[in-house]
Amino acid sequence: MKENIIKIKNLTKTYKTKEIETRVLKDITLNVNQGEFVAIMGKSGAGKSTLMYQIGLLDHPTSGEIILNGLNTENMTTEERTEMRLSELGYVFQDYALIPELTAVENVMIPLLMKGLSILDAEKVSEDILNRIGLENRTENKPSALSGGEQQRVSIARAIAHNPKILFADEPTANLDTASGQSVIELFQELHKAGQTIIMVTHEEEYAKYCNRIVYLEDGKIVREVIQ
Amino acid sequence: MTENISQNSKGKWFKNISVGWFLAKKQIKGSNKSTTILIIFIMMLTFLNLVVVSGILVGLIEGGQLADKRQYSGNVLITTLVGNSDVTHTNEIESTLRKMNGVSDVSVRYIASGQIEGNYKTRRDFNEVQDIAGAQITGLSLSDEESITGISAQVKEGGFLNQNESGYIIIGKNLLRRYSEGFGDVFASLEGTYPGDEVKVTVGNNTKTFIVKGILVSKVGQVSTRAFITKEDFLKLVDKSNLNGNEISVKIDPKSKLLDEQIKANLINAGFSADGKIQTSAEAVPDFLNQIKIAFSLLGNVIGLIGIVVASITIFIVIFINAVTRRKYIGIMKGIGIREQAIEISYIIQSIFYALIGGALGVFIVYVLLIPLFNAYPLDFPFSDGILVAPVNETAFKFFLLMFVTLIAGYIPARNIVKKNTLDSILGR
Repeated sequence: MKENIIKIKNLTKTYKTKEIETRVLKDITLNVNQGEFVAIMGKSGAGKSTLMYQIGLLDHPTSGEIILNGLNTENMTTEERTEMRLSELGYVFQDYALIPELTAVENVMIPLLMKGLSILDAEKVSEDILNRIGLENRTENKPSALSGGEQQRVSIARAIAHNPKILFADEPTANLDTASGQSVIELFQELHKAGQTIIMVTHEEEYAKYCNRIVYLEDGKIVREVIQ
Repeated sequence: MTENISQNSKGKWFKNISVGWFLAKKQIKGSNKSTTILIIFIMMLTFLNLVVVSGILVGLIEGGQLADKRQYSGNVLITTLVGNSDVTHTNEIESTLRKMNGVSDVSVRYIASGQIEGNYKTRRDFNEVQDIAGAQITGLSLSDEESITGISAQVKEGGFLNQNESGYIIIGKNLLRRYSEGFGDVFASLEGTYPGDEVKVTVGNNTKTFIVKGILVSKVGQVSTRAFITKEDFLKLVDKSNLNGNEISVKIDPKSKLLDEQIKANLINAGFSADGKIQTSAEAVPDFLNQIKIAFSLLGNVIGLIGIVVASITIFIVIFINAVTRRKYIGIMKGIGIREQAIEISYIIQSIFYALIGGALGVFIVYVLLIPLFNAYPLDFPFSDGILVAPVNETAFKFFLLMFVTLIAGYIPARNIVKKNTLDSILGR
């Protein structure tokens, strides 16, 4: 039986302004097994991205418990959370989020350098990954010279370069045309087949069908789970 | 365990610096070239402001002090003690000095207060005020004086004295109206006296006529208010019961390691302190000049510090705008696990890069262009030839001060932006 790599218990997130208090996530409990490919779906404002930000340690939940790879994240310091994001987690953002003045290979290199690899080693590892995902001729291009699909592939390469335990993808196909979106999903599928745990936020059913499990959110609550 | 934590922490800092360096290099490379050049130019001007303004102000005084040493005092100056009429045991002192290792030249000067009268041959109306100037009549051993002060080079009109001639005089420019008009009535000065004219020189009850051989033009007051004749003419003019001089100027061989202070100490140890006032060139400088030098240095530093504040504000704004416009990317980098310190270091390195290049250009301009230029073409001031004074240790201190201030000015805005909530930065909230 596979271990739970993500355990979420009674997770809530409330945004407060002077006048309004908005509960975006309401008492979420969810476990994800190692190697699972989970899609989080729901309408706009359902809390999909907010849930991903909490699990991915990009934000602090209002209450509840998040255990990642056996570690309770509740009392982690900012530095420990940064360290965990670097060593255990990978992110793919909707708008690719590449650093504009860096080339494709340099974008992929940054987390590797932070992990302590030398520039030469980081460059070699990054080039290997970019070759694997079909960008061998685009390694020295800056993001502005790449198509949307290529940028998202670079973003995926950066997210997986340091072998994260969990890969988070926030609407990775939302800004892409159908062909590019399809190729990105196929890349996720390959990674999944290789044993990568992936949490993907999407509102596109045709891409969710590639996942093991679909978690439906509505108004900040899990309303349905479909195992495929 | 403690050792592990320490090594871990060292490793972290190494990684932070390594990533910071990588990011800074790429950002500088990717930044707008004109903006980079402009910032470096501002840093260069700031450094020049810091070094050159105080350097010139101090240089005005130091140029005067240097001229004083070269044209008057030499390395050590022995003058007549108050209450004495001359430097006693002049011969013994001179002989001791000439035997001292490292002393290259010694000049004994004979000085008497007197009057010079010009145009006396054309004065027809005896009610007319005589054209008289009070002066220190100075008798020189020409070759000795020449080797210490190069006095002949300071004669700008006419020529210098000749050891084989008698009856000639060199007049310092401040004794002539046409040179000293700027001083008002400070000096009673001679009207229309030129080389070739005859003047009457009176010391005590003795009067002798001399032909003006040349006019000595120097900004050193002690030199330009004197009139010079040969030692032989002086002894004919002045009633002296001995051959003691009134001033002894000593020059050290430039190749020698002997210090001014050592000569002074040697003379004191030899028991000559009661014979004359023994001063190094620095001590011979009037105290008010040292006070002015300190005041000018302070003024220059204040002006320079204002420049540093302006430069630090410039760097602050540049880094702040850079960090604000890149806030999203800073958030993304934090999101993918890049430590805050690494990102801050990248901004600090950028700031230091601007200051380093600007400062280095400033150093180049100061030492390769400005100092040789000021030495070749000193600033023409009434009391000195102003040079640019920039001692290496002071320049190095100002250079590192600029680095430090820039580092702080780069760190503060970077820290402010980097510490913002990661998700808010990514989402642009």
